[in-house]
Amino acid sequence: MAVNNDSWGSRVGLVLAMAGNAVGFGNFLRFPVQAVQNGGGAFIIPYIVSFLLMGIPLLFIEWASGRYGGSLGHHSTPFILNSMDKRKIWRYVGVFGIFSNIAIAAYYCYIESWTISYIYHSVIGTFNSMDQTQVAAFFSDYLDVTTSTTGIPYEGLVIFLLCLALNTYILSKGLTDGVERVAKIGVPLLIVFGLFLAIKGVTLKAGHEGVVNSGTVGLNFLWTPDFTSLSNPKVWLAAAGQIFFTLSVGMGSIQCYASFVKKNQDIALNAMSAGWMNEFVEIVLGSSIIIPIAIGYLGIDKVVELTNLGGLGLGFRTMPFLFEQWGNVLSAIAGVAFFGLLFFAGITSSLAMGTPVLSFLRDEFNWKRKNAALAFGIIVMIMGLPTILFFNQGVFDEYDYWAGTVSLVVFALLESILFSWIFGMKKGWREINIGADIKIPVVYKFIIKFITPFALIIVFMGALVRPVNDDWSLISLRGWQLHNESIIGQLQHMGIGPNNTYFAEDFYAENSGMVDSVYTFKNKSYLIISGQTAKGNDQSKVYSFNPEKHRLKVNFRQKVSVGQTLYTGNIINKVFYLDMARLLLCTLFLSISFMVHFAFKRKNRKEVEK
Amino acid sequence: MNTSALILMVTVESIATILTGWFFWKVLTIKPKDDEETENQLNNQP
Repeated sequence: MAVNNDSWGSRVGLVLAMAGNAVGFGNFLRFPVQAVQNGGGAFIIPYIVSFLLMGIPLLFIEWASGRYGGSLGHHSTPFILNSMDKRKIWRYVGVFGIFSNIAIAAYYCYIESWTISYIYHSVIGTFNSMDQTQVAAFFSDYLDVTTSTTGIPYEGLVIFLLCLALNTYILSKGLTDGVERVAKIGVPLLIVFGLFLAIKGVTLKAGHEGVVNSGTVGLNFLWTPDFTSLSNPKVWLAAAGQIFFTLSVGMGSIQCYASFVKKNQDIALNAMSAGWMNEFVEIVLGSSIIIPIAIGYLGIDKVVELTNLGGLGLGFRTMPFLFEQWGNVLSAIAGVAFFGLLFFAGITSSLAMGTPVLSFLRDEFNWKRKNAALAFGIIVMIMGLPTILFFNQGVFDEYDYWAGTVSLVVFALLESILFSWIFGMKKGWREINIGADIKIPVVYKFIIKFITPFALIIVFMGALVRPVNDDWSLISLRGWQLHNESIIGQLQHMGIGPNNTYFAEDFYAENSGMVDSVYTFKNKSYLIISGQTAKGNDQSKVYSFNPEKHRLKVNFRQKVSVGQTLYTGNIINKVFYLDMARLLLCTLFLSISFMVHFAFKRKNRKEVEK
Repeated sequence: MNTSALILMVTVESIATILTGWFFWKVLTIKPKDDEETENQLNNQP
């Protein structure tokens, strides 16, 4: 029978592993984009307020819950939460702490695999002779699993599997020899790479190497405060959301790592050290890389436009082209540094996602570590394949929305209520302070009990009923139009448009305008409809179709309106893939719930036998 | 850079850097407590 006797080798290793868990792609790709879209420098004020009132309390809650559960021999959230309150509901709330990790790892490892591929392409100079459009097209090609950029068939899939195998191998080595060792190498390297790129970014000089704006122009743009944005609830919700995701709270991974801390060892200082290390990487390094470099070469207007593509788009579609301007050697170094830091940010986080799953299997089913790691690899592969094969059908984003966003908020809200109101603040505060190497201000007792759950309710409600265009002045008792990305909007497929059936014979236009071009590129056919929104903004949409299976019903330069048939044939619409992704996620959640139910029954039976 | 942006950036980045350094330094230098010390600490808590 296997016994889970894992432990941390050193305190520094634990703090670096926790910091590595928190530092992820979001620090470099999401934070700067959020800051640009939410008032530049003024975004930082709600961001810091959210860190103090929501981030730090949640870190204390999760570290304390984890160590408390660990002292009773539990290392996964269903059992940790159940040790804090015996009611059955908490074991199923704890399922979120395993579910989120598997579902997020499924697409996170895929992004991780992109960074491996981009490191390779940076080294061999693939991007050297490409213009910006070609670099962007390279990324789109890479996402198409049938396309190969290296000659390896199904390259994206193969690299994903290699990346997953690497994660599985490291996890099978255990905490000290696996996770901790990677964190001790990865986190310092990530900071060194980040410092190199940040220094290069902020010291860009206009007129040199094709630079249009000096690096300080980007910093100025990012840090100039727009205090009017402070009165906009959208900015506060965005800041709270960013704090939430950057710290990796609400996932169950912090509790799992902390459950291997001995009862008398500090968690207060460790939590603050890991949390602030994440803030250093995000605020100091994250703000000094992609925005200053991108504005340096492309100008403010273009970068604002590109931020609408999100951080991933900016990082993978644009940065390789910008590095190219530094010459062949330096561009290769910069590519390795940038995608290398993303890789280390990614792998230290994905290992943290694997640990709770391994702990669950080892604690409750007595699995050997290697078998548990292999099981994690296989489950993540099964869950990850749809995100790769149907990336363009929106499966990746669907996982990110439900598992990587909504689940985290729900879990964090419930665990904060459990900790401060059911477990009780008296016991909770004592638990946080056991072995503490720093004195935590007593005000945090009040914040953890009242402010943090309240802030989480606001964040959840804000996501649930988010108004269209994020215009909170629309809120009234008579109701308001919801944003497509609100939870209710997502549940109702509000943004799906006229192609709202699973299977159809006609595919309808989703925007109005004129057929701008119809062309075939790399064995695929595309149709572009260019139009304008009511506000006069460009609203072009690219539709792909298969000329062998579909019959085009519009002509070049023809005017098209929403709902008009573009082509006919046997069509499977995006909504089908989205619902299948949801079904898969629900199946995963229910399967874990069943395993948890079974594990508890098994445990109870054993106790009765004793 | 304009003054307000510079002040905000320097202030925020300095705070983040100093606190990160300070907490990590404490992690590196504070010796782990033994069980008896923890017991005493707990007993002295209100």
